[in-house]
Amino acid sequence: MTRGRLVWANLMRHRWRTILTTLSVAVAMFLFATLRSFGTTLDSLSQFGSANRMVVRHATAIVFPLQMSYTQRLATVEGVTGVSWANWFGGWYQDPKVFFANFAVDGPSFTALYPEILIPEEQKQEWLRDRAGAVVGVDLMEKYGWRVGQNVVLNGTIFPGEWQFTIRATYTSRTRAFDERSFMFHYAYLDERTEHRAQPGWFYLAIANGDDAPRIAATVDEMFRNSNAPTKTMTEQAFQASWMGMFGNVRTLMNAIGMAVVFAILLVTGNAMMMSARERTGEVAVLKAIGFGNRTVGAIELAEAGVVALTGTLLGVGGATLLWKNIRVAAIEQFIPGFQVAGNTIWIGAGIALLLTLVSGLVPAVRASRMNVVAALRTVE
Amino acid sequence: MKIPLIYNVRSILQRPVSTASTALSIGLVVAVFVAMLALAAGFRAALATTGSRDNVIVLRQGANDELSSGVPREAARIISSFPHVAAGDDGLPLVSPEVYVLLNPDRKTGGIGNVVARGVSERAFLVRKGIRVVAGRKFTSGASEVIIGRRIAERFVNMDIGDSLEFGGRKWAVVGHFEADGSGFESEVWGENEQFMPVFRGQVYQSVIFRLAPGATLDEAKRALESDPRIQVSVREEQDFYTSQSGILSATLRIMAVFISVIMSVGAIFGAVNTMYAAVASRSSEIAVLLTLGFKPRSVLATFLAEAAVIALIGGVLGCLFALPINGLATSTTNWQSFSEVAFAFRVTPVLLVYGVAFALVMGVIGGFFPALRAARMPVVSALR
Repeated sequence: MTRGRLVWANLMRHRWRTILTTLSVAVAMFLFATLRSFGTTLDSLSQFGSANRMVVRHATAIVFPLQMSYTQRLATVEGVTGVSWANWFGGWYQDPKVFFANFAVDGPSFTALYPEILIPEEQKQEWLRDRAGAVVGVDLMEKYGWRVGQNVVLNGTIFPGEWQFTIRATYTSRTRAFDERSFMFHYAYLDERTEHRAQPGWFYLAIANGDDAPRIAATVDEMFRNSNAPTKTMTEQAFQASWMGMFGNVRTLMNAIGMAVVFAILLVTGNAMMMSARERTGEVAVLKAIGFGNRTVGAIELAEAGVVALTGTLLGVGGATLLWKNIRVAAIEQFIPGFQVAGNTIWIGAGIALLLTLVSGLVPAVRASRMNVVAALRTVE
Repeated sequence: MKIPLIYNVRSILQRPVSTASTALSIGLVVAVFVAMLALAAGFRAALATTGSRDNVIVLRQGANDELSSGVPREAARIISSFPHVAAGDDGLPLVSPEVYVLLNPDRKTGGIGNVVARGVSERAFLVRKGIRVVAGRKFTSGASEVIIGRRIAERFVNMDIGDSLEFGGRKWAVVGHFEADGSGFESEVWGENEQFMPVFRGQVYQSVIFRLAPGATLDEAKRALESDPRIQVSVREEQDFYTSQSGILSATLRIMAVFISVIMSVGAIFGAVNTMYAAVASRSSEIAVLLTLGFKPRSVLATFLAEAAVIALIGGVLGCLFALPINGLATSTTNWQSFSEVAFAFRVTPVLLVYGVAFALVMGVIGGFFPALRAARMPVVSALR
């Protein structure tokens, strides 16, 4: 009890210094947690995706179309239990610079393949009935303040002209492989309004057994090897991961900056701790003179550093976790949907707090416990 | 009267550990700041040097990028007959009709990239300046051969000379690597347009680039081409076009640089505050003597600010030294605006170093202000006692 009071009294001696040290630890840990989350969120995004779904795209690049006739042939491959097709629309709403995903899907087969995409049953039937109907993610609905039943005009870039849709349904997503910011409409509608008939950009396959994926990929790719549009087939997870690769070295860069931040804060806190310990040389000597043991005075110094490091880390990492869980910044979500602090970042933060305690508290602690009382009392005026 | 700076330098040397740790933390902030700006500068430079001020790029009317553009063969022929097109030494027009597609080759580090494949003719090497084959040779007309930009060749599999790339249902022999003065073209795969056309999108080019004839202006060419009823095109200066494709990403990078550095600087400023308060506290009798001798409080304020600035300056220089080695370091990212891979090098320019040192000084002065104020307002009598 007395020791706890001593630690507290020491902390409150220079109240502002303690508050500022704690705050700079908090700010640094906030930055560290945020920067690390770019990498961890990308990782987790590339791990999402069902093992029982595959994506078939053009072998050269996803911008090249496949052929509608593939549908029947894909369905005959052993182990494939469902086939759906889709095409990128690439339209814009009001402002050509604002991007959101919009694409054409085959309603009945798509909803069967993606049970994780939750559409209220009544709305779903409405959507399936309306050829010009669209189903829109709840995030996107909120962004534009749309409501169900509203007419929306998208301007096509790949398919020029103004396209009118009626929002018939909204969806929420239970899989992180699919965000809640997409706009989907009927492939049949695209097909109807396209001069030479639309061609699918990619196919989704449902497979009975995830272990069959390599065999199915090989079979499908072999099947179309010598056609006009050879394919590349991969699991949904591999498809996700391949997109994430496009960020290049972002993760390395963010981690490097995070390390620099942590190192800078070690220096600042260590300096502050040593400074306040030096000022108290006389007091420590008095404590020892009245009977406090070497260990106790050392522990008091270490505890002081620990309180600052832990409080700062808790504020910083905790703040980052809460902030990114509750606030969605459009500029980040556009590139990295579902941006949030990963569980292991919290543990690494705890590790850093411990390190910070040791680095900034150990020198004063050792100095205090080894201090020669007589010499110390004599040097102080 | 002013207190000489040497007083501050000597004072700093009295407390080496505290000074060093504050300077080092300021240095780290400056290093991160300069490094991030160098990243933005490198990216921008790669796109801004892509294309030439003398060239004009013709796209389909309304197209904002090459990928969504299309210019029929017939239109390309009409464009080359305009008087605004310069003639080469051989008397033929300097026109390069080009096919533009994206490939998804595999990265050496795993995953795929979006790499531009550009189908060009022999004329492209005359119209576009600064393209040099640095290893191997150019592709031969009529053959399934490609040459690859030096910057991406090392990042993707099957891009060494002698390898073959498979796309569009054919195998393409890699016969050379080329450089293009660090521009975005160094992130592309080039082959012959007549070979690319049938395997990709049929009898249509994506863009036509031509050299502006001496005496002709961009405005004249723009007016003439865009008003010709036989072709539906939009006309832009080539370099402008590529620079405009870098806008969003380089702006994002710069915003991030400022955001991260400002947050980091909170810690560093606090380090300076702490060091300076300690300096003021331990020298209170010294300060009282200065005041008694007749130095104005203003001079005392100035001298402690100067002391903080000296520490910050050491930090700023350290930070610049930390950041310098990354100059020229190659990296790559996807340019989301054109949806293609751009490889580029960090560029630590002198201007960025000046920014870095200035940032350090700002941190030092902010951190030193309140301690200096305390020194200047110190009650002489009690401090001396």
